[in-house]
Amino acid sequence: MRFIDEFRDSELAKVVVREIERLSQGRRFRIMEICGGHTHTIYRYGLHDVLPTNIELVHGPGCPVCVLPMGKIDDAISIAKHEGVILATFGDMMRVPGSEGSLIDAQAEGADIRMVYSPLDALKLAQQNPDRKVVFFAIGFETTAPSTAVTLLQAKKLGIKNFFVFCNHVLVVPAIKALLDAPETQLDGFIGPGHVTTVIGSRAWEFIPRDYGKGMVVSGFEPLDMLQAIYLLVKQLIEGKPRVDVQYTRAVRPEGNLKAKEVMERVFELRETFEWRGLGWIERSAFKLRPEFAEFDAELHFEIPNRQVSDPKVCQCGAVLRGAILPWECKVFGTACTPEHPIGACMVSSEGACAAVYQYGRFSRKVRELLHR
Amino acid sequence: MCLAVPARVVELVDETNQIAKVDIGGVRRNISVALLEDVKVGDWVLVHVGFAIQKIDEEEAEQTLALLRQLGEGEGEEFATMLESSDGEEKSAPS
Repeated sequence: MRFIDEFRDSELAKVVVREIERLSQGRRFRIMEICGGHTHTIYRYGLHDVLPTNIELVHGPGCPVCVLPMGKIDDAISIAKHEGVILATFGDMMRVPGSEGSLIDAQAEGADIRMVYSPLDALKLAQQNPDRKVVFFAIGFETTAPSTAVTLLQAKKLGIKNFFVFCNHVLVVPAIKALLDAPETQLDGFIGPGHVTTVIGSRAWEFIPRDYGKGMVVSGFEPLDMLQAIYLLVKQLIEGKPRVDVQYTRAVRPEGNLKAKEVMERVFELRETFEWRGLGWIERSAFKLRPEFAEFDAELHFEIPNRQVSDPKVCQCGAVLRGAILPWECKVFGTACTPEHPIGACMVSSEGACAAVYQYGRFSRKVRELLHR
Repeated sequence: MCLAVPARVVELVDETNQIAKVDIGGVRRNISVALLEDVKVGDWVLVHVGFAIQKIDEEEAEQTLALLRQLGEGEGEEFATMLESSDGEEKSAPS
């Protein structure tokens, strides 16, 4: 496929790895890739195995399914159990454990829960089922929020009365600020989330070098993209000039996608605060619907338990999401917690760091060495 | 979640509702182009949850690849200089 195959050239990758090795010699770099998609690229293509050991990759909180606290799953299930409701959500959400089971468990117990590819598919469900109430359980970062916004504008235009959104869209920038403010965070720089940045624009990250003196390179998602981003990041750190560079120039512009930002602005407003798994309560870090869209707001239409539920004691997803531990350092990784029987969301989501390591990384040289140390 | 795939616009299906047909590695489907300004047939876009979220700039993609290849060339030159300046011993080392 165009724009994919050429960024998977293994010969070129070897060259870039050698350049990173040469450039970084004698120094250690602790780099966080914010996005779960990047974590998957790292393990899927074995980048962690070919990179020199002085480049330490730490996985970040960029997995919207993972950062949603358990109580939110319970809330979604309680909505799904209301009379006449169809709950629609992305496939990623289905197997995430709530305090009393996942959406798939609720489905098995009779709740009408459907997997959709797009928020527009949820709207279509509402049009096809005028006697039912269709609730879209909306999750995702700034990449996904504009799509929900367009869908709501469409629903308003068409005057659809049986469509609702349970809005759980969260924002990456405040989460990274919270992470940088935490004393345990020791990082030299970031691999910036490519697709979030296509929407918010690379200028949104300027605070990282300005206020925290760290570097960032916004990267694409193919292995060569990521290797080049690591190369550029090491280069700016060695020069002692942390800044925001963009490797993913084929899709990222400084100002982002203005139209997408404008529709988000029209439909959403910031919540005062929102709870993130692993990061706690972060002010102004999530969206809710504006009062003009109250008729579609599932939180106003349905009674929702809104209970705070803490993770099971053995689950260390929180520490994994903060980059405080690596997935295999969790006590239950790959034993009690597996993709078939997940305890925490990081093992379920296609973007979760634990799922990435479990799927591709378990048999790698470095993981084995660490496990048997 | 933030997965997005490159696709080429093959047809503008419904201009009022801003729906376009795209080709994603041989698979065709309708997506919304409501988040982009003047999308044309032949444009490359990134598709995420049924929406085109950004256009892909072909020239920029070429430049990125050119920069990557340059890295390789730079190394090649350096390697050559290293070999030239060394005695026979190191010449047999690289594999």
